[in-house]
Amino acid sequence: MIGKIHSFESFGTVDGPGIRFVIFMQGCPMRCKYCHNPDTWGTGGGMRYTAEEVAARALRYKSYISNGGGVTVSGGEPLLQSEFICELFRILKANGIHTAIDTSGIIFDKAQLDKLLAYTDLVLLDIKHIDDNEHKKLTGHSNKNVLEFARYLSEKGVDIWIRHVLVEGITDNDEYLHKLKSFIDGLPTVKKVEVLPYHNMGEVKYEKMNIAYPLKGCEPPSGERVENARKILTR
Amino acid sequence: MKFKAWEGFKPSKWSEDGEVNVRDFIQNNYTPYEGGGEFLAPPTKATQKLWDEILKLSDAERKAGGVLDADTATVSTLTSHAAGYIDEKLEKIVGLQTDKPFKRALQPFGGIKMAEQALNMYGYEISPEVKDIFTHYRKTHNDGVYDAYTPEMRRARRAHILTGLPDTYGRGRIVGDYRRVALYGADYLIKCKERDRLLKDGIMTPDKIRDREELSEQIRALDNLKKLAQIYGYDISMPAETAQQAIQALYFGYLAAVKDQNGAAMSIGRNSTFLDIYIQRDIDRGILTEEGAQELIDHFVMKLRIIKFMRIKEYNELFSGDPTWVTESIGGTGVDGRTLVTKSSFRILHTLNNLGPAPEPNLTVLWSVGLPEKFKKFCAELSIKTSAIQYESDDLMRPEMGDDYCIACCVSCMRVGKDMQFFGARANLAKCLLYAINGGKDELVKDKATGKALQVSPLFEAITGDNALDFEEVKRKYEQMMEWLAKLYVNVLNLIHYMHDKYSYEAIEMALHDTDVRRFFATGIAGLSCAADSLSAIKYAKVYPVRNEEGIVVDFRTEGDYPKYGNNDDRVDDIAVWILKTFMNKIKSCYTYRESVPSTSVLTITSNVVYGKNTGNTPDGRRAGEPLAPGANPMHGRDTNGALASLESVAKLPYEYARDGISNTFSITPGSLGKDEEARKTNLVGMLDGYVTNGGHHLNVNVFSRDTLLDAQAHPEKYPQLTIRVSGYAVNFIKLTREQQNDVISRTIHQSF
Repeated sequence: MIGKIHSFESFGTVDGPGIRFVIFMQGCPMRCKYCHNPDTWGTGGGMRYTAEEVAARALRYKSYISNGGGVTVSGGEPLLQSEFICELFRILKANGIHTAIDTSGIIFDKAQLDKLLAYTDLVLLDIKHIDDNEHKKLTGHSNKNVLEFARYLSEKGVDIWIRHVLVEGITDNDEYLHKLKSFIDGLPTVKKVEVLPYHNMGEVKYEKMNIAYPLKGCEPPSGERVENARKILTR
Repeated sequence: MKFKAWEGFKPSKWSEDGEVNVRDFIQNNYTPYEGGGEFLAPPTKATQKLWDEILKLSDAERKAGGVLDADTATVSTLTSHAAGYIDEKLEKIVGLQTDKPFKRALQPFGGIKMAEQALNMYGYEISPEVKDIFTHYRKTHNDGVYDAYTPEMRRARRAHILTGLPDTYGRGRIVGDYRRVALYGADYLIKCKERDRLLKDGIMTPDKIRDREELSEQIRALDNLKKLAQIYGYDISMPAETAQQAIQALYFGYLAAVKDQNGAAMSIGRNSTFLDIYIQRDIDRGILTEEGAQELIDHFVMKLRIIKFMRIKEYNELFSGDPTWVTESIGGTGVDGRTLVTKSSFRILHTLNNLGPAPEPNLTVLWSVGLPEKFKKFCAELSIKTSAIQYESDDLMRPEMGDDYCIACCVSCMRVGKDMQFFGARANLAKCLLYAINGGKDELVKDKATGKALQVSPLFEAITGDNALDFEEVKRKYEQMMEWLAKLYVNVLNLIHYMHDKYSYEAIEMALHDTDVRRFFATGIAGLSCAADSLSAIKYAKVYPVRNEEGIVVDFRTEGDYPKYGNNDDRVDDIAVWILKTFMNKIKSCYTYRESVPSTSVLTITSNVVYGKNTGNTPDGRRAGEPLAPGANPMHGRDTNGALASLESVAKLPYEYARDGISNTFSITPGSLGKDEEARKTNLVGMLDGYVTNGGHHLNVNVFSRDTLLDAQAHPEKYPQLTIRVSGYAVNFIKLTREQQNDVISRTIHQSF
């Protein structure tokens, strides 16, 4: 089984619990305006590795990741390569490693997902926007799949961390935040909600790739607004 | 018990007549501590006042251009100066190097020219009488070395293939067991040395004559140590009775060493758990409170923070930030499995809270996976807050060194009072690779007579032609060139240490060692990652030589990409391992002075900047003059697979071939260490545990962002205590030269977003 991979991070500390070996998959159907990894969008590029090779690479860090940490597959959109991840996680689970997927939930194929969830300990679900229209404007897709995906995970008893990027003028709006909160309240397996303040550190990548930066001039939210969002979402 | 001062201690081997055995005393009397730092006390008013005074003096020193005051006439000895104080009434621990704080001593035994130059550079004039005596009547170490240097040694020195040779100042790196002064008192130590001298009898071989002379010097030094204490109103002829007396006696031992020697690294040993026994006894007796205990430690550490030597500016270029390497080793696990962490391990680290961060003493935690979790977290918290701590793997060193070793300088371990070392300089292995290509001709330095490239090594067949370099051919020639360099290097050191023993013997430090010590011969290498990447480029890409009109390869044209050290990629990491093993094996095959045990370190201090300056373009694409990476670090910015991949490349270097230490300096932004305070602590602990489990030896941990450094560069006055770890030691960032600051800023700072 071959996977297309954008890059590896051996010391991930922000994508799941503990120290994590993070695999960034190549390819994503979403075009989120605030995306800081536009270089992971295309499905054509990336480095090719077998699941065994990637597992071996991750397991080299076993001393670091086996005590409260683990492996996170991020992207790109990892669920585009669900079969590959399934094979990778199967090997990792056999070695006692905690596994997590960092996804937008945009791809929801029950049969595929069921197979993958058998080897997945945690899903980091990034809900881009709770309002369907706004979701379309922000990402180019409806959020119907995303919300259904979330409900399905909960029904299956899979642990979820909800992540939400706070952007001034897009998601930083009390009404939307309250709406999102009531949706999350309906998901019994949510263990944590993380507010990720928007940052513009990805802008240089757009310049390098010669694409216009959609959020030009947009500033990161103030500490006060981040605190506000945290209060609403984690109350 | 033999001494009243020992009441309350459990007797054992250490207390038998004729024995000197500090480790046995510790093992029988210390109280392991598994709790956290909640018991610690804040600074007392006296501590705050004294520290404010020191901050004022530091500021004045910086404004005065680096030196506030210097002695120009009194040659420093144990008893040369009257008592000096910061504020006599407030100081619980007393003793300064001269009669005034921040006044630097005159120490010409290493070399009178350097002593004079150093004074001149800061606007002082050496006394004509001292100059006359040390020029015409008393030979120095420096004179001895230059009398014996061969032309080849001078060429190698001039071309900087060997740099940092201690031929003009004290060699340092010798750590007396200063605890002995507190535990046994000077009179008993003198008695034991007199007994040892009697045993050195029989046929008077040169070795035996030297032993007898050295022992006499040691005995005289111990006598002078008593006099030094008397100058401050203390009697240390007998063992210490209280914690205050113990710390004071131990500090007098150390003070005597720094008054005697201006050694490059003047480390202090492994003292906090030893001192804890005295502190605990006083607390149990009801004569000391926690505030009082912390005050003693704070005042002791304050003294260690203001140790200073008079140096020339070039020295400061090599070892940035005026370091003294007052390395104190903390923690570790005992051979019997009990933790060696005590409350005083916390107290000494807590000085970073009470006095704020500082580069000295060089606080070194001996990390073991088995350390108490709360202690690990406490260390991590302080590292995140201050970037002032370094970590070394106790699990790696303990099997061979036992549980009473300390770190000298940055990464070099020795059993306290049982081992000493002959250390000096580094061989530039990146430059050595260029010599292999150019047949031992220097790519930068010209022969003064002919104006052509200087032939540094004996004539050696260079690589000819303009084809892409052939890996096997380069490797073969590199190995031959390493053999030449290793032999030359060891010979230079043999000569230097012979002269140092002869003209600048460390009598007081050796008096606080066993008479029959084990000696290490500690070499060092620089440019490992640059050399490994260069060989990798030659092997995996196509590297074409670019020659000047004289035919010397002065640049390279590289086609294609190649694996780079620092990414946990065996293809290149194995090359780094090969270089280290090969060089160490060459060192091992040489004769070493006084039956010393050869070792090497992968450590550059901050001299990676100076080594880089003196190294031409290299096949990895590094431009001439650009810094090499410090220690065993990957080249700046080439470790692109995250922090752990970088650590793992370094951890592959076999410690058995670099017993003197493998230095790794690691920098990360707070946000990349974790999302909140708790996660950062946990992740740092996890990282250290993993690194040590996988065979890593040393790690400097810096937690800051590049912006902080840039701001400090622009506004030094806002950051008087900004401390960063460089290569085995810490510096005050604002004391670095601009060039060194830029090097630090350009290093890889691991960041994820």
